[in-house]
Amino acid sequence: MLRDWQLATVAAIRDETPSVRTIAFSLPQWTGHLAGQHVDVRLTTDDGYQAERSYSIASPSGRTALIEITVERIADGEVSPFLTAQLALGDTIELRGPLGGYFTWRPDNPAPLMLIAGGSGIVPLMSMLRTRTKAANRPPARLLYSSRQFEEIIYRSELDRLVTTNDGFSLNTALTRGAPANWSGETRRVDGDMLAKYTFPAAQAPHNFVCGPTSFVETVADRLVALGHQENAIKTERFGPTGEKR
Amino acid sequence: MPITRGFKSKRSNAARDRIPPGQYVTEDFPVLTAGPTQRTPVENWSLTLQRGGEMLGRWSWEQFEKLQQTERTTDIHCVTKWTKFDTRWCGVTIDDLMKAAGLSAPPTQFVMAHCDGGYTTNLLVADLLDGKAMIATQYDNSPIPVTHGGPARLLVPHLYFWKSAKWVRGLEFIETNTPGFWESMGYHIHGDPWREQRYTGDA
Repeated sequence: MLRDWQLATVAAIRDETPSVRTIAFSLPQWTGHLAGQHVDVRLTTDDGYQAERSYSIASPSGRTALIEITVERIADGEVSPFLTAQLALGDTIELRGPLGGYFTWRPDNPAPLMLIAGGSGIVPLMSMLRTRTKAANRPPARLLYSSRQFEEIIYRSELDRLVTTNDGFSLNTALTRGAPANWSGETRRVDGDMLAKYTFPAAQAPHNFVCGPTSFVETVADRLVALGHQENAIKTERFGPTGEKR
Repeated sequence: MPITRGFKSKRSNAARDRIPPGQYVTEDFPVLTAGPTQRTPVENWSLTLQRGGEMLGRWSWEQFEKLQQTERTTDIHCVTKWTKFDTRWCGVTIDDLMKAAGLSAPPTQFVMAHCDGGYTTNLLVADLLDGKAMIATQYDNSPIPVTHGGPARLLVPHLYFWKSAKWVRGLEFIETNTPGFWESMGYHIHGDPWREQRYTGDA
């Protein structure tokens, strides 16, 4: 796999929500990636200081012409405000990847695909859904997706469109900080009852991918174990602050 | 080094020499784990020191707590880019553990750490001795929280923190350096943050 730093050129920019932006890059070389993998980006100031961050790849697996990342702006962050507000079409940044080999899904895996996302944790799971949509044989797939507010649901119209294809994909959404009047989804944090209702039963031996803020992932993974899922069938990615300053 | 148009650092220059390349400092203590959090009560916990199938030492929680305890304050560096300064730990150094097992010299040059949940990570014995590493049971004067690897985690702070395996239950001396969990998933076999050995193929 090619892991040297490359100069990636911004080929497209798309705002997903008021604080989330998708950036498509063209790269000199891309050997292809698996759904769930990430890239590292590196920014350099004019006095030589460098900042690096990891971002999940949002685009489907394979040797695509462009690769996309979806970045949420962290108000006091150093890199995400630059990527979501200043980086412009035609700009270049350093990038390397694909990276990470555990939180990955291949479309030839016939097991039911259970995706559980909190906030921008949807990004690597969206790569899995997009990869599945491109595949000849599609295992049944479900997404349980928690956002704070309706306006913060990333990829909302694409997810709605995926549901209408009736290809074995189903979507359940939860909003934790209020919902529009006509909202038909859940209106609380993901809990054990919600997981029992919307996830594949353990007896069907699904592959569970959980991505989101630490407390979200802790809750979901613990409840999935309690529902009888094998620990090695629960893959997790946690991000964001824990609030533990000690 | 290609300058990124318009990018400005928000960080001060202070303490930059304490931050390995590509890292940033966090006050928080992020949690990174590949799967569900493990929860082993101390009554069911033990630590083993092995070579192949041969048992070199085994300690229950009660026995482990009676071994020489060492305090240590150190910076830690996660491969996901965060660095945390001045973390305070207490536990048993690998030197003292070997002494307690009656070993005057390491039987091989490599170790595989084994953990609850099936996690493994490989290490050079040289990275564990001379006070470089410990089995830690306390963080900031309290038992280590389960999300951070309690009741006991390996602490090898001069390497990326995935080497400081959570929920550690055994150290196995092995003949050849064999990749552990992350090391077989594209992460570096050694993992020195100062040389930025993040991924397979990094120098």
